[in-house]
Amino acid sequence: MFTAIFGSVEQGIIYAIMALGVYLTFRVLDFPDLTVDGSFVTGAATAATMILLGYHPILATLVAIVAGFIAGCMTGILHTKGKINPLLSGILMMIALYSLNLRIMGLTAENTIGRPNIPLLNSETLFSKFQTFWSNLGIDAALNNVLKSIGIQQVPSTWGTLIVVLLITILIKFIADWFLKTEVGLAIRATGDNKRMIRSFSANTDTLIILGLGLSNALVAFSGALIAQYSKFSDVSMGIGMIVIGLASVIIGEAIFGTKTIMRTTLAVIAGAIIYRIILALALRVDFLDSGDMKLITAIIVILALVLPQFVDKNKERKRKAKRAAERSHMKTVEQGGKGLA
Amino acid sequence: MLKLDGINKIFNEGTPDEKIALAEINLHLKPGDFVTIIGSNGAGKSTMMNMISGALTPDFGSVLIDGNNVTSLPEYKRSHFIGRVFQDPMAGTAPTMTIEENLALAYSRNKSRGLRIGVDKKRRQFFKESLEMLGLNLESRLSAKVGLLSGGERQALSLLMATFTKPSILLLDEHTAALDPSRAELITRITKHLVEKDNLTTLMVTHNMQQALDLGNRLIMMDKGQIILEVGEDRKHELTIPDLMAEFERIRGEKMNSDRALLG
Repeated sequence: MFTAIFGSVEQGIIYAIMALGVYLTFRVLDFPDLTVDGSFVTGAATAATMILLGYHPILATLVAIVAGFIAGCMTGILHTKGKINPLLSGILMMIALYSLNLRIMGLTAENTIGRPNIPLLNSETLFSKFQTFWSNLGIDAALNNVLKSIGIQQVPSTWGTLIVVLLITILIKFIADWFLKTEVGLAIRATGDNKRMIRSFSANTDTLIILGLGLSNALVAFSGALIAQYSKFSDVSMGIGMIVIGLASVIIGEAIFGTKTIMRTTLAVIAGAIIYRIILALALRVDFLDSGDMKLITAIIVILALVLPQFVDKNKERKRKAKRAAERSHMKTVEQGGKGLA
Repeated sequence: MLKLDGINKIFNEGTPDEKIALAEINLHLKPGDFVTIIGSNGAGKSTMMNMISGALTPDFGSVLIDGNNVTSLPEYKRSHFIGRVFQDPMAGTAPTMTIEENLALAYSRNKSRGLRIGVDKKRRQFFKESLEMLGLNLESRLSAKVGLLSGGERQALSLLMATFTKPSILLLDEHTAALDPSRAELITRITKHLVEKDNLTTLMVTHNMQQALDLGNRLIMMDKGQIILEVGEDRKHELTIPDLMAEFERIRGEKMNSDRALLG
């Protein structure tokens, strides 16, 4: 149980980077970008391919980020220059990326054009590189001793992965917070808020949309590259439903932690991604559910996250009104009682 | 300062809905001119504003600002030197962003936007001082979201934002029409103050004849896509509403049929 949750937290933190990308398009730019399903795999495929071809995992990850950026920009160009509806631009890019992802992975084998998956079982990844450095520090043993002393017997094999993904995601959160406060960041936010207004303040909304989509998909591809290295494989279908997972994270996070400021919202999105993974891990432990049911569970989680807050609000409203009505009738009784005495 | 040279625009050309929006518009504004524009619905006032701002391009004719031909310059490039306030109080601000962030957007209008923090200490101080001028106590609510402000407050903020960078041209498109009379009065006062402070070259469309007479040094009347009357500095101050009505009747040979124009 503990190790299952532990794994979910690790994955959740990696998926949080993708969720931040989705937040950037869906919420900040107000652009429902479906490129995500494709660009996530592009990130995974690019990183896995380069690692298998012998490049350093850091270089492989950086190239994956750039690939995601380009994919996002393409969607933006389709929408702004080609005047194609936002949803359709994303879908077109997503479907085009499917073929491209096959071709990218095909680069790993001779005489093959497309390849649906790449295993990374014996390859060095970002995590295995970090592990060699980490295991010398002896922190794992110390932390596991603490766990054992409070009665948890199943301990994780390493804390290194958790620490490194946590550092990366927190760094990205701070960069995102800072970026959204810069002049360009403010202009991107205004583009999602009121295009006509920001155009009258000499901002080129087309460029800002393209840039925003590029940055968003760069994050998504980064997340994909990390997931490929974490789970040691890349598969052409690993991106299916990714947009819904991202959205689920954003919605869960916002519902629980609120959206008062940008800094709070980005933190909420990260927390949302982790909570989503934990819910999923717990749901999969239910006997009659199978891992094939994951997408169904995802859909149900999103629906609940959308519907429950409305229900809670209504309930609060009803209670408040009932309380006011009760106070009023109480006041009346007091008044009448007073008169009676006089 | 601003020169419109033979501007023509036809909407839906070649269809049964064809409409001549602007026909041979010629207009020349000297620096510091404050021109009020009146005319009934469909007279072409807003179309003309959109031509100047770059939201629409003329079929032929040219727009010159500060002697530069900007006819083919897209809206976002032209807005380097054009400030604009719309009729809808929601249109001129970004509702989910704070007052200071909105001001920062306006502040970087005539600069290139980079990776500089939008609201730093120095700018915040400047924003505060500028907001104090409005007298609406907005300076104490710098980090409040603009969506929470009332229509009048938003319109006052829009005005400040539009004039922040001292644009070459200020376009006011019925910017008091959506407000109640007392708020409209306030916005009119702020408009006057801001325009006079920086001696801004201004074009203001209004439905309210009294406002058109009270503000500015020149007045033009439009009808059916043409400028049918121009009143210069020398005559404007002695003009009255009945004068304007009579003038319209004389030129068009029919009565002006807009209650809104009378009552504002």
